[in-house]
Amino acid sequence: MALIEMTSVKKHYTSGEDKVEALRGVDISIEAGEFITIMGQSGSGKSTLLSVLGGMNHPTSGDVAMAGVRLYDLPGEKLADFRAKNLGFVFQSFHLIPYLTAAENVMLPLAIVKMSTNAKKAAAREALEKVGLGSKIGRLPNQLSGGEQERVAIARAIVNNPHILLADEPTGNLDSKTSEEVMALFRELNAAGQTVVMVTHNPENGAYSDRTISLKDGMVVGSA
Amino acid sequence: MKLHTISINNLKRRKTKMAFLTIGLMVGIATIVTLVTLTRSMSSDIERKMDEFGANILVTPQSNGLSMNYGGISLGGVTFDQREIREEDLAKIRTIRNSKNISAIAPKVLGGVKVGSHDVLLVGVDFASELKMKQWWQIFGDAPKADNEVLLGSDASKVLNVSSGESIRIKGESFTVAGVLDQTGSQDDALVFASLPMAQKILGKEGKITLAEVAALCSGCPIGDMVTQIAEKLPEAKVSAIQQVVEGRLKALDQFKRFSYAMAGVVVFIGSLIVFVTMMGSVNERTTEIGVFRAIGFRKSHIMRIILLEAALVSLLAGVLGYAAGMGGAKLALPFMAETKNAHLVWDATVAVGSIGLAVILGLVASLYPALHASKMDPTEALRAL
Repeated sequence: MALIEMTSVKKHYTSGEDKVEALRGVDISIEAGEFITIMGQSGSGKSTLLSVLGGMNHPTSGDVAMAGVRLYDLPGEKLADFRAKNLGFVFQSFHLIPYLTAAENVMLPLAIVKMSTNAKKAAAREALEKVGLGSKIGRLPNQLSGGEQERVAIARAIVNNPHILLADEPTGNLDSKTSEEVMALFRELNAAGQTVVMVTHNPENGAYSDRTISLKDGMVVGSA
Repeated sequence: MKLHTISINNLKRRKTKMAFLTIGLMVGIATIVTLVTLTRSMSSDIERKMDEFGANILVTPQSNGLSMNYGGISLGGVTFDQREIREEDLAKIRTIRNSKNISAIAPKVLGGVKVGSHDVLLVGVDFASELKMKQWWQIFGDAPKADNEVLLGSDASKVLNVSSGESIRIKGESFTVAGVLDQTGSQDDALVFASLPMAQKILGKEGKITLAEVAALCSGCPIGDMVTQIAEKLPEAKVSAIQQVVEGRLKALDQFKRFSYAMAGVVVFIGSLIVFVTMMGSVNERTTEIGVFRAIGFRKSHIMRIILLEAALVSLLAGVLGYAAGMGGAKLALPFMAETKNAHLVWDATVAVGSIGLAVILGLVASLYPALHASKMDPTEALRAL
């Protein structure tokens, strides 16, 4: 059974009197350990797809199942619990919390987990070392470069050992050299068994993934 | 890393905003503390003045005779040559349920005597009780200490043409004038005061008294109840309360108290609005941050805890500072408000705990909606990037 199954997912928005069809019946299947890039033009629905996949955006219709769990059938806050346990997010603008150090930012997903403080610190250190920032754990985000901030964001996304790592344009705000480093890091994590789903508009990033799913006007138009 | 780490670190980062929030709430709390402490201190001052300014209960014999005034106070049907209270019965006053509120009992025996060619009213008093009750008396000379000493009212001294150190004769007995009262403007000016046993002997009223004045402590003591209790103990006597002067002051104080609370209410309302607006602004500013929290799996309750903990910490600080500032304000204002320099500031643990508790409750209540608003934020809307 696939790790992620999206079946006939539709997402419609209403903007004033206009009805926007962001997703128009998307079927995607992702196996555990895959590195998938979702590509498409601006407005193709790729970010909406990622938010639906991440359990943050109820689809208008269709199913999203992850590790056998139908996400949007989960009651109340169970969906938040599911995200905390199974998903890691990397955002385009890093979205680090400015008043927390690198280590504290990485520990953020663990703030709601019952663990000793020492265990949390050890997990954060390990995640930061994994992304090559073991020496900068005490730095605030504004004391880090863009690439380093991205690495902290990745460390935060993997600190709770999620089943799936979801990344939204992770290199969108980085120069090409740093982008390459970040993509290499994703590749490394994937090689270690991490399932990665990444939204990007940069075709070069696709080269790092196992499979690229192309979206156009809210529909899958290719998978290779 | 715990949820409170997020709250505390955010407060540290937004020092200016949090200072504004703290000051807003602090001013409200300080106003309440100042007004409450002032009214309490002024009440306490009035209680003290009540003790100083004499009796508030009169015990006189039941009488159907002609009315008579004493010191501007109606004594009802006292006809001093006819009926008296037994002195031993006065001890029963000390056995009433509210006996702890009794500050002093001043028994008196009255009778007309001749001094030289003048008719004067001789008043036998227990000087210890009398002086405690009439602290406004100014004596030229000394208060009588021996049975053969008397104290003269200022008019009596003039009419009899005697002053301190001289002697007068009453019914064949010689008395030294120990002192003369400065003018009081009351009937005391025309009286001759002697010790109670001596006056009783001269007037032939041993063991009897004409009236007793009772000073009851504190403005809040149940004067009406005490009157009833004394009347039950002394069924032969007429017991009446003299409250009008004190009541007038207490009424004025009560009005001030109500005005103070209304003013405090307005200030607290404004303080709460400041908390609400600041917290709401803070939540809106932190939209992305809250979106990240929600995306990584924070429950709505976690978001609420972060926001409310921040509000509680700021409010706690505002409460402590507000209490300190309020007490400082009360200390500065009290001398002007209480009219006397020796009015004491009332330090009350209830006000301290109450003001800090009120600050925390207000902070939490005013932050409840912003916290709820934050917790309901849609993570995708919040992040916008997704």
